[in-house]
Amino acid sequence: MTTESGVELTGMTLHPGSAAGSLLRLDAPLSFWGGSELETGRITDERHPQWGVIMAGRILVMHSGRGSSSSSSVLAEQIRAGVSPAAILLSEPDAIIVLGAIVAAELYEKSMPIVLLTHTEIDSLTEVIPVQVEATTGDATVRGVVPAPAALTVERTSTR
Amino acid sequence: MLDGREGPAVAMAMRIVVALARLRDARRLRPVASAHLDGCLHHGQAGLDFVERLVELGGQVRIPTTLNVGSLDLLHPNLARVSKSDATESRKLMDAYVALDARPTWTCAPYQVGHRPSLGEHVAWAESNAIVFCNSVLGARTDRYGDFLDASAAITGLVPDSGLHLSENRRATLVVDCGGLSDELKSSSVLYPVLGYLAGRVAGTEVPVFTGLADARPDEDKLKALGATAASAGGVALFHIAGVTPEAPTLAVALGGRSPHEVPTVVVDADAVRAARNSLTTALGDDIDAVSLGTPHFSLNEFRLLAELTIDGDAFDPSTEVWVSTSRAVLGQARDAGYLDPIEQAGATILTDTCTYVTPVLKPGTRVVMTNSGKWAYYAPGNIGVDVVFASLAECVASARVGRVVHDDRIWR
Repeated sequence: MTTESGVELTGMTLHPGSAAGSLLRLDAPLSFWGGSELETGRITDERHPQWGVIMAGRILVMHSGRGSSSSSSVLAEQIRAGVSPAAILLSEPDAIIVLGAIVAAELYEKSMPIVLLTHTEIDSLTEVIPVQVEATTGDATVRGVVPAPAALTVERTSTR
Repeated sequence: MLDGREGPAVAMAMRIVVALARLRDARRLRPVASAHLDGCLHHGQAGLDFVERLVELGGQVRIPTTLNVGSLDLLHPNLARVSKSDATESRKLMDAYVALDARPTWTCAPYQVGHRPSLGEHVAWAESNAIVFCNSVLGARTDRYGDFLDASAAITGLVPDSGLHLSENRRATLVVDCGGLSDELKSSSVLYPVLGYLAGRVAGTEVPVFTGLADARPDEDKLKALGATAASAGGVALFHIAGVTPEAPTLAVALGGRSPHEVPTVVVDADAVRAARNSLTTALGDDIDAVSLGTPHFSLNEFRLLAELTIDGDAFDPSTEVWVSTSRAVLGQARDAGYLDPIEQAGATILTDTCTYVTPVLKPGTRVVMTNSGKWAYYAPGNIGVDVVFASLAECVASARVGRVVHDDRIWR
């Protein structure tokens, strides 16, 4: 749950890493292949609600990706080129997205964190606020970095 | 394998397989008998770095492995309008996969070049049309593999034991009742991509079972077209046809013990197939600039049908390009069988090793393309920015002769 005072969520690490950036909420699943530009990380799917938005450096929030397995290659390439999201928060353990991050880590030692939250938690992340993502083996935290007088903690009830 | 005792390439591939097994909650890994890899299309530096790293670390496939299309026609290198640097990168990618000791089949239809796993055999295949054909028509078992995981499976010989490897996930979850369609429609090839489109739309990633088609005895080319379109318009990786496909001798077997009343049923009538057929066409007028056949790759039998349509007729209109995409193996068979001469004399160009919607081969300025492929009709507008007219093979040939759309609507009434 987000409020003006901050956000703190605990999820499951799908791929480890740490990142900071502002949240970018996608209102529909994205296919990285055919839906985003290799060189810039811009969303190019004209039917996507966030068409034209640049994902580079943002903490991407969506329930799941969709479509072709070639999206793994596209995401790995965007991580290599430094134009990928800084982290991705999902409510489905999307294998195509996670594979892109695994291979980028194997090849380039760049680890883009991917965190599994609940469907409700993903739905709650609607505001464009800066957050810090720390994903270690096992648990992951997503924490608002705005000074928060009364940070609200939401307990995770299930992993999916 | 993870500890590197079998070499660093096996360890790297195994890390990827194990990571995916964890993600999918697989209880164990399962050996696979063969693989079909789809990493040979160029999507940037990372795809090339991945396979070149495997090669550099001494990686070799340990099971028979075929390769999907690349971005180049290596037999006819002048057909694709790609820059020298793109061609170099694409060639390096294709060469690296061959260096893993995979077979340079360069086809999206490995099942047409002798790669045919048997009923119940577990394999690791990539490319959506190959996956759905393998599962549905051959009755072999593959989950939806793709980038990175396909090559990792070929190098380790192992996959997560999950998804469509498990019997409980292969039961039909949706009935598509085609019993009300006319016999004439059911025996025509043009119906099957349309049924695939409809099924993809309603089934998504579910497992549909078609009923009412057993008497029509659809052949492999029809099943290929159905599956390819269902995998494009939805995410279908397995379908059954009661009385036709190997895991569906009857509807009851396909449903795996559930009664037909326990699963949703979609009734497909003449109105539904007509509407689906129309929605595969995006062009408004009667003009066409080109015809594209062979997505998935043309089979020997499809070459025979095209030869019969071209042998005694006028040549194609010179302003209308006609492309046929196929594998180099089937091209050789078609030439030996004498099917190629009438087709080439009519004015068609054969493209091998790749496909007309993944690499730029159509002449610049091409706006409208006619095709008998539901998959091509679904992807080409987005991939290469053309409008499409979807029709039967005979309509495509008749239209290519006069350079404008000639429809034969009789069977759709």
